[in-house]
Amino acid sequence: MSESKSSGCACGGSVSLLLPCSGAADTGEIADRAARKFAAGNCAGMFCLAGIGANISGFIASAKGADRLLVVDGCNLDCARKTLAEKGITENIIHVRVTDLGIVKGKSPATAERVDAVVAELGKKLTASLK
Amino acid sequence: MLIQILGTGCPKCQKLEENARQAATELNLDFQIEKVKDLQQIMAFGVMITPALVVDGVVKVAGKIPGLEDIKKMLAK
Repeated sequence: MSESKSSGCACGGSVSLLLPCSGAADTGEIADRAARKFAAGNCAGMFCLAGIGANISGFIASAKGADRLLVVDGCNLDCARKTLAEKGITENIIHVRVTDLGIVKGKSPATAERVDAVVAELGKKLTASLK
Repeated sequence: MLIQILGTGCPKCQKLEENARQAATELNLDFQIEKVKDLQQIMAFGVMITPALVVDGVVKVAGKIPGLEDIKKMLAK
């Protein structure tokens, strides 16, 4: 995954951004913590989903300009992905849904094990997209 | 019209500035171009990828260099 990197100048290679839903439920917390842990590995940069919802032009333009958007939703409401779609951002999305990994919303505290499962899924999908 | 080019001065930033200047000139706009190289200022726009083109405070594009005609459309709006 070395060809991908966190946010920055588009001269320097591909840019991948992480957008977790960061919802209030346990699965939203897992999404947020997993995204932050993944970002710490320097494969992608954390990005502000709220800024897109707030219609801030810089956030929307940056999301549209990224090579990949790693979108992490906690549950099948898919708030993060739908927030992007509301702004016409539907391409270059790699989508991970926490509940698709057998993690049950409302019954799954954000343990390290669950966070790591989501991190692993992000890595798997990002790697697959680079092939 | 204030046209701002956000970026640290890489070749893509320079190309974007060139294109923006040409587009504004061809449209006979009354404009000034400002380069913003400070990362804190760039991030204040919510921009995470450079280069970026800002027209009168609105970020039109980031991480890409649009063609001349596309920039003209952005300046005309």
